[in-house]
Amino acid sequence: MRPIIDVEHLNYRYPQQAKDQLTLRDVSFSVDAGEWVAIVGHNGSGKSTLAKNLNGLLAPASGKITVDGDVLSEKTVWEIRKKIGMVFQNPDNQFVGATVADDVAFGLENQGVARDEMLRRVPAALKLVNMQDFATREPARLSGGQKQRVALAGMIAARPQILILDEATSMLDPRGREEVLATIRQMKATSDLTVLSITHDIDEAASANRILVVNDGEVKEEGTPAEIFRHGEALIKMGLDMPYAERLKAALKRRNVQVPATYLTEKGMADWLWQLRSNK
Amino acid sequence: MAITFKQVDFTYQPGTPFETKALTDINVTIPDGSYTALIGHTGSGKSTLLQHLNALLKPTSGTVTIGERVITPATNNKDLKKLRQHVGIVFQFPESQLFEETVEKDIAFGPQNFGVSEADALKTAAEMLDLVGLNQDLLKRSPFDLSGGQMRRVAIAGVLAMKPQVLVLDEPTAGLDPQGRLDMMEMFARLRHEQHLTVVLVTHQMDDVANYADNVIVMDGGRIVKTGTPREIFKEPQWLVEHQLGLPKTTAFAQQLIARGWQFDRMPLTEDELAEDLIAQLPTTAFGGATTHDE
Repeated sequence: MRPIIDVEHLNYRYPQQAKDQLTLRDVSFSVDAGEWVAIVGHNGSGKSTLAKNLNGLLAPASGKITVDGDVLSEKTVWEIRKKIGMVFQNPDNQFVGATVADDVAFGLENQGVARDEMLRRVPAALKLVNMQDFATREPARLSGGQKQRVALAGMIAARPQILILDEATSMLDPRGREEVLATIRQMKATSDLTVLSITHDIDEAASANRILVVNDGEVKEEGTPAEIFRHGEALIKMGLDMPYAERLKAALKRRNVQVPATYLTEKGMADWLWQLRSNK
Repeated sequence: MAITFKQVDFTYQPGTPFETKALTDINVTIPDGSYTALIGHTGSGKSTLLQHLNALLKPTSGTVTIGERVITPATNNKDLKKLRQHVGIVFQFPESQLFEETVEKDIAFGPQNFGVSEADALKTAAEMLDLVGLNQDLLKRSPFDLSGGQMRRVAIAGVLAMKPQVLVLDEPTAGLDPQGRLDMMEMFARLRHEQHLTVVLVTHQMDDVANYADNVIVMDGGRIVKTGTPREIFKEPQWLVEHQLGLPKTTAFAQQLIARGWQFDRMPLTEDELAEDLIAQLPTTAFGGATTHDE
C-alpha cells in the first residue's frame, strides 16, 4: 500500500496564540490509499485544525504534508484540494446553489466537468444519498439531515480521492447516520476512496480500519477499533462514547458482578452473560 | 405552563410553487412541568412544531394555546413579547447567535429588550452565568474567545435571563463531545428542578429520552403518531423501526438478549435498569469473591 497522506512533524499555531502555545504539536502519521481512518478526541483537542491543515485551509507553522505524492505548498494547494472533498458538521456553511441539484453540480462546474457528464453524475449522486425527489428544492428549506446528505452528494459527484468528514454525521438521526455510513462503505467498495473521519460517534469510529486519538494537539495513541475500545470508561476522556457493552459492564461491576477485563463486543457480552447464567 | 395544540395545520409558502405542508391535524398537550421529548426522523415536522411553541410560526388553521394566550391564524404579530419571554427557545448551535463585546452584555441583551434596566439586566447576567455553570470571571471576556461548549452555555444563559417558564431545546448537545453532552444534559435536569421549568427537548438521542424525559411525542410525516411515557414508547421496538426511529442502546441490547431466551418483566431503558434485571437472574457464583472469573 502506498501512503496517500503523509504528515511529518506538523506544528500549528493560531495567529493570536503565544509562541509556545501550539494547537498541533509534532503530529506525524500516514494514511494508505483506500484506508478509513477515524480521528477522535474531545472538543478543542485540535482535530478540526488538523483536517484544515491537510487541504491547506490553514498553513502549518512547520512540518511537511504530502498528499498523493505532492508536498503541500502554495504551488500545489489547488491540485491537492481537487483530490480532497470535505464535509463539515453544519452544511449551511457550504451551500451555494439555488436548488439541490445546482448545489451538487457546483463543484463539478468548478472542475470543468462537461455538461453531459454532469447530467449523469448529479442525479446518480442524489440517488445514492436518497435525495433524488428533492432535486428542485431549495437547500435552505431542507431539514438538517437532508442538508447533510446533499452536501455529501456534492462530494460523491466530484469523486475526490480523499473524503474528510468533520463530524459530518453528528447532526443526523440514527437512520440518517447509518445511511451516510452505508453510502461511504459503498463508495469505498467501488473505488479506492480514502476516508478520514473526525468523529465522536462510536459506530463511525468502529467502521474505520484504524483510529488516531488526538489530545492537546498531539497524537496520543493509534490502533484498531478493538484495541482502542478496550479503554472502557477512559474513552469518554478521549472524546469517544463508551461502546454499549462496556457501559453495561461498568453497571454490572458496580453491582459486584465479576466481569472480564478484555473488550467485549455486544455479541461477546451476550455470549458471556448467557454462559454466566448457565453456570449454576 | 402548558401548551395545547388543537387541530393545527401548517403550510410553508402557501400558494407558491414551493408550497409544502409541514403539519397536519396536530392535537396534543405539553403538560405543565413535564420534561417532554419531541422525536421523529429528519423532516418529520419537529422543527416546524417547535416554532409554534412561541408563535414564531402561526398555524395555517387551528389554535395553539400557550398558557393563557391563544394563537390563531389571525393573531397579530405585535404584542407577542410577553409570550416570547415565557417560552425561551434554544435553537441548534445557539452560539452562532452571540454578538456582543462581552459575555455579560450578551446575556443582558434579552432582558433589556423586554424593558429591564441595564443595571438589573447585568445583575441577572451574573446570576445566569452561575446557573449554567460558568465562572464569574468570564463576564467581561469576549464570548468569541471561549470554547465551543462555553459559548453554548453563554447562549443558553441569554435565554434563561428572560426567566422563561418553558425552555425549548432543539438538539442542544449537537456537536459537543460525549463529556460535554453529559454535562449539558445534567445541567438541564438541574435547571428544570431549580427553576421549575417545563422542558421540551427535540432530539435524536434515544438514550437522552430514556434518561431524562417523562413524556414523549413522536412525529412522522407532519403528524403526531404517538404520545406516552418513554417506557410506553419504547416497548414496541418494531413500531419504532417502522417510523425510522432508534431505540435506547439498552433496549436494543435487551432485544438481543430476549432473542436468546432472557425474559424481562418491564422493558429496560437504561444500563442500570438492565443490570438490575440481569443480576436478579444470575447465580450467586457470578458475584465478587465467589469465583475467580477469567480476569
